[in-house]
Amino acid sequence: MIWTAVLEPFADFGFMRRALLGCLAISVGATPVGVFLMLRRMSLTGDAMAHAILPGAAIGYLVSGLSLGAMTIGGLIAGMIVALASGFVARVTALREDASLAAFYLISLALGVLIVSTRGSNVDLMHVLFGTVLALDDAALILPFFIARLSIFTLAILSRPLVMECAYPQFLRSVSKLSAVAHLTFLTLVVMNLVAGFHALGTLMAVGIMILPAAAGRFWAASIGGLLAVAFVVAALSSVVGLLLSYHFALPSGPAIILVAGIAYALSLIFGPVGGLLAQTLPRRQLET
Amino acid sequence: MTPAIAFRNLTLGYDRLPAVQNLETQIVEGSLTAVVGPNGAGKSTLLKGMTGSLVPLEGQIKISGFRSKDIAYLPQQSEIDRTFPITVFDLVAMGLWHEIGSFWGLNRAQRLRAEKAIAAVGLTGLEDRPIGSLSGGQTQRVLFARLLLQDARLFLLDEPFTAIDARTMADLIEVVRNWHSEGRTVLAVLHDHETVNTYFPQTLMLAREMVAHGPTEQVLTS
Repeated sequence: MIWTAVLEPFADFGFMRRALLGCLAISVGATPVGVFLMLRRMSLTGDAMAHAILPGAAIGYLVSGLSLGAMTIGGLIAGMIVALASGFVARVTALREDASLAAFYLISLALGVLIVSTRGSNVDLMHVLFGTVLALDDAALILPFFIARLSIFTLAILSRPLVMECAYPQFLRSVSKLSAVAHLTFLTLVVMNLVAGFHALGTLMAVGIMILPAAAGRFWAASIGGLLAVAFVVAALSSVVGLLLSYHFALPSGPAIILVAGIAYALSLIFGPVGGLLAQTLPRRQLET
Repeated sequence: MTPAIAFRNLTLGYDRLPAVQNLETQIVEGSLTAVVGPNGAGKSTLLKGMTGSLVPLEGQIKISGFRSKDIAYLPQQSEIDRTFPITVFDLVAMGLWHEIGSFWGLNRAQRLRAEKAIAAVGLTGLEDRPIGSLSGGQTQRVLFARLLLQDARLFLLDEPFTAIDARTMADLIEVVRNWHSEGRTVLAVLHDHETVNTYFPQTLMLAREMVAHGPTEQVLTS
């Protein structure tokens, strides 16, 4: 029974194995980036950047059709332009960075949808927005593996400045010039991981595998190491369960994976021992009785 | 008397709006100076300028004979995100930044030094506690342990004794007085004139521009 429900889809079908490998690779790279996004109180920035890569991917699509390379490079360029331009506007004008980022990503989203709609069909638009995790080829698998390795390596080098930039920014600025470098490198990692994720999960869903596991992890772990571990486990389990649900019930895979991660978040919110709802209410009830 | 810091027609501010204007004075090496003034007088801005995190709009700050690793800065406690999952030990160990940089780990000797600094501020046993679980006074002790570990020659302290209990304040003032007796230079932004009168021989009074600078008994009575 368990073999049929859990193992058989992956044992029998190459596309399921590829989908699982792709999702696990995305989880390795995206979850630590998501943890730092959350700790830096930039979770919505991740969402905005996910929308911002759309016109680049769309222009890549316009030039080369559904080409992995062209859409990846286009997405990277568009994401970095939006990140840098919104940061620049925030520094030289009175507009704050969140408003500036919102303006740029909304323009990007509209532009991207317009470009895809002009030449492509609704099917193409759905592919870009929601991904095709069950149709990952070799090249689409290599990309998230490469970006995952690059992310882990870069975060290992930059983790101390990133931690201090979150916890104690004025101190970091007084001892090091790395503050701006760390911020920019981190934004680059965000964009790269979103690009890695969008082929599988789409531009709208890629940010889900980044943020939801990190948010769930916050209710289980009180240290950064613990957070990273829990976030990865949640992302990996969501990938497995989401793919199985999609296989058995003929559901779209990307949304199924992200919804499972959403359920993991909701359960963590209720049962998590670190600031979860039950953990906060139980001691009060004991005091009252 | 060697001037450690010289402010030359210094103007500092944000978005081209000056917070400190035309400051022209100098701080002597080995002095213990309080920076006082009303809210919005530019006291914290002055310290940020001295750390290099704020570029002067006009004029300059000349810090002679100190390398960047000789300068230790204590920002206001409100600048710390106390919800961040970092332990007491890890935060104190950041005082070794100039030795370990952004990448290297701590060796045994450095670990012992960090533990010694934590013990010196009376927090032994709390090394593994997340900073979010500490009281305001304990958090300030952690930040002072980080300063102790930094072993600097010039200390810039922004409201070091605000919102802490009397016992903690007495302990931390003792730490500051030890630095002074060792010939280190200390500049502290303070609000409580009684503390300034009792412990700080020199005072710089600001109200965007310099109001007075000199011996505390003269500045606070003028």
